[in-house]
Amino acid sequence: MAKVLVVDDEPNIVLSLEFLMQQAGFEVVTAEDGESALDRVAEGAPDLVLLDISLPGISGFDVLERLRGDPDHARLPIIMLTAHGREVEREKGLALGADDYVTKPFSTQALVEKVKTLLSEVS
Amino acid sequence: MRSEPVILGVAFGYLALLFLIAAWGDRRAEQGRSLIGSPNVYALSIAVYCTAWTFYGSVGRAAQFGPSFLLIYLGPTLAMLLAPFVIRKMVRIASAQRITSIADFISARYGKSSSLGALVALIALIGITPYIALQLKAITVSHAVLVNYPEAAELRLADEPFWLDKSFWVALVLAVFIILFGTRHLDASERHEGMVAAIAFESLVKLVAFLSVGVFTVFVLFQGPGDLFARVAATPALAERLGLDAVPGGATGWAGMLVLAFLAFLTLPRQFQVLVVENVDERHLARASWLFPLYLLAINLFVIPIAMAGLLLMGGDADPDSFVLTLPLAAELQGLPLLVFIGGLSAATGMVIVETIALSTMVSNQLVMPLLLRSRRLHLGGRGELAGWLLGIRRVAIVLILLLGYLYHALIGDAYSLVTIGLVSFAAACQFAPAMLIGMFWRGAHRRGAALGLIAGTLVWAWTLLIPGFAQSGWLDAGFLEHGPLGLAWLRPYALFGLEGWDIYTHSLLWSLAANVGLLVGVSLFSRQTPLEQTQAALFTEALHPQLLQSSLWHGQTTRGELGALLDRYLGSAATARVFADAAAGEEEDAAAPASPAQIARAEQALSGALGNASARVLINSVVRGEALDLESILSILDTTSETLEVNRRLEQKSRELARASEELRAANERLRELDRLKDEFVAMVSHELRTPLTSIRAFAEILRDSGELPEEKRRHFLDVVVKESQRLSRLIEEILDLARLESGRLTLNPQRLDLVALTRHSVDAVHHMQEDRGVALEVAIEVEVAPVVGDPDRLEQVVINLLDNAGKFADEAEPRVRLSLVRHKNHYRLAVEDNGPGIAAEERERVFEKFHQIQRPEESPDKRRGRPRGSGLGLPISRGIVAHLGGRLWVEEAPHLGGACLIMELPQAPAQTP
Repeated sequence: MAKVLVVDDEPNIVLSLEFLMQQAGFEVVTAEDGESALDRVAEGAPDLVLLDISLPGISGFDVLERLRGDPDHARLPIIMLTAHGREVEREKGLALGADDYVTKPFSTQALVEKVKTLLSEVS
Repeated sequence: MRSEPVILGVAFGYLALLFLIAAWGDRRAEQGRSLIGSPNVYALSIAVYCTAWTFYGSVGRAAQFGPSFLLIYLGPTLAMLLAPFVIRKMVRIASAQRITSIADFISARYGKSSSLGALVALIALIGITPYIALQLKAITVSHAVLVNYPEAAELRLADEPFWLDKSFWVALVLAVFIILFGTRHLDASERHEGMVAAIAFESLVKLVAFLSVGVFTVFVLFQGPGDLFARVAATPALAERLGLDAVPGGATGWAGMLVLAFLAFLTLPRQFQVLVVENVDERHLARASWLFPLYLLAINLFVIPIAMAGLLLMGGDADPDSFVLTLPLAAELQGLPLLVFIGGLSAATGMVIVETIALSTMVSNQLVMPLLLRSRRLHLGGRGELAGWLLGIRRVAIVLILLLGYLYHALIGDAYSLVTIGLVSFAAACQFAPAMLIGMFWRGAHRRGAALGLIAGTLVWAWTLLIPGFAQSGWLDAGFLEHGPLGLAWLRPYALFGLEGWDIYTHSLLWSLAANVGLLVGVSLFSRQTPLEQTQAALFTEALHPQLLQSSLWHGQTTRGELGALLDRYLGSAATARVFADAAAGEEEDAAAPASPAQIARAEQALSGALGNASARVLINSVVRGEALDLESILSILDTTSETLEVNRRLEQKSRELARASEELRAANERLRELDRLKDEFVAMVSHELRTPLTSIRAFAEILRDSGELPEEKRRHFLDVVVKESQRLSRLIEEILDLARLESGRLTLNPQRLDLVALTRHSVDAVHHMQEDRGVALEVAIEVEVAPVVGDPDRLEQVVINLLDNAGKFADEAEPRVRLSLVRHKNHYRLAVEDNGPGIAAEERERVFEKFHQIQRPEESPDKRRGRPRGSGLGLPISRGIVAHLGGRLWVEEAPHLGGACLIMELPQAPAQTP
């Protein structure tokens, strides 16, 4: 069973994503900020990360950069989530090596599809 | 009667009498009953112009060159006729600026330049020394004639050691006398009333003595003027010698001598002293302008008769400079020669006293003080110590000046007649005239031009008069007089640039003034004045303007304490009291109070009177901060007099306005850009904040729609989230609208008189339940019965609830405590809400009022924060906006009781209700 790491500082958003991923048949771990996201990755490598950009402390971009800098996680599928609808952020995220970029509020179905596609591509 | 002890006794007795008069004059001045408050005394004091040179030398010059001696007195007569235009202006400037000497005057005119003042002082010292030597020579010679007659009065200066030389002792005695006389006072101010009284007395003595000889000669030795003139006419050689043609240099010589005397009368340091510095009342000039010429006429009346008589009776080889003494001696009179000796003594001492005091003031104020102040070694601790220093410096200067005079006399005094030495000094003093007179009438005259003109003029003077004098005394090889230096004929001192056939004074005057004026005008045309110099130039040139403010206007700031300490230190406490005399009763003790511009100006004037204006400015600048002068207000008064200035000023004003407008435009543009940037940022933030609850709402709505069967409990939970997030969304929108209204000023407040105590209790009740649910312990300490304020009750409640809510959120997790207090503070009420949380770092305290600012609590573990309510980041900015609208303040401090953060709202007490 694939493992998905959900990172967001809004408890209700984490709650919804957790439910959606479990419903799609994935194991879910959660984190509320960048530091604990990196901890979760270190504890047990997830197969995919849903990563919010504006996090307290180190931001989603920082987390992305660090994971991509680590050879173990260079190819780990990462989907960025953001409440900022700005084009520059999307480009920055993709340039830093994110696999996809989703703007809040998002379509739950489309998100679940994206996760499934990315996971099947890897395996 | 002519024995040495009698002569010495009479001389010292006369000096003692002078001293008594001076002491009396000073006493009266201290008592406020001035002895010299009379135009007659003023006119007599100006007669210090008539020195031993007049007393003995005029007869000598008349015997040699006929009536040319009169020119020396026609010059001053001309100057007195012009007094309403020239001297009145000098007097007015000097009293407004507390000028202490001509060096001070010129330094003040050119921007209170201390270097220019020092230059003038130096030139005066060099140029006037021969003149003092002349007086020493006159006293010594007249004494020798009196004692030795009928033997020739031989002076063999070079052969005798100086301690056997009488003139050395004369110099020393005079130095001691002048020290006693001119520097008795601890109050080192520019005026010497006692001295003026004594000088006026001396003028009477010398006039009476001279008239006595004249009357004796004409009416006793001869049978009246008719007899005398008939005897002269009978001797053709004599008649020719006394004719108008005997004047050296012909017509140019006449003109040159007249200009020389005219200028020197205004610029000689002693004349400037009595004419300008010691003038107590400008109106005295009116009478002096005819009384002083009358005095000159009286003292010259008998010059030609005495010269004629001397030439007729004394034989060809007698010294004409001594005729005044030798005529009564030859008649074997006893009393009259002694009276003549006293008259000559009074003429000489009067000059030496005033000249030495004027020069010593210059030396102390323009040469020594600026150096001491600059070197910062002058640490004067106690009160009024400076006065002691100043007097000390002046005393040393007096001794040195007289010794210098003696030295000149001993080295080259023999080579010249009295008149010749005097004219050399006249020509030196004339070098001050361009800087002084042009500076008084032409605002454009510049410091650099004045300095270069002075230097050039003085060098030409030295080359054409001073150095040839040394040569003629045998101290230099006289060859260059004939052939020019290094054979350069055009540089011959008496025929510069080939100008021959002029008498040496006119020749020197022409070239030195040409160089002086040429450089002054030329350099000034191409130099820019500093603001201070501009101001001073305006104050000088417009001194007679009726509306002119008579002192510089200070714009800087200092406290009365600082100013007082400065004055105390330099002038003593009496002067300090005078400066602050206008302070209201009880106010003078307040050292921290700011000194008024008038007080600063008075302080500067007081210091100027003692130290000279340049040093005074340095001292004032050391305690006054900020812009020194208000040039605009001075110039604006003067506009009416100068069209050019007006145009200039308008142009300047226009260009300043233009610059200001474009600066404003640039600033406005900058502000707009900043606002635009802030707006973008705000829109981005708002969009981010709105998207967050919207994301949860949409996600759960879709989950509920797409996941067919959900356990009832989950379904309810998800629906609950949707409802809560919707509420959060609408609250957020409400707050954003509030904020927008606050910032655009359209927030409608409904201010009314209300009781903050009641309102606070109401708010506490409203949040009570919520706080209890969170386990927050709320303590309320309202220390006033009633707190009337003016405010919008709904909005104020919103603020208080927001503060309580925030405090609850940021209180300690384990044992949350919140304390609300309401106290009265002066005429305000302070409502403080504090918590026992971690508090807010000092540098963060203002940032919590920024829009969407989220307080970070990095030390808290993420797990703990889960479920903790998040603020929108708008509550505090809105609260602050509301409080500000109601005339109050909202800020953060450290909590005094619970140790966390403390938010304080302060509202003004409502005005008492009229029943």
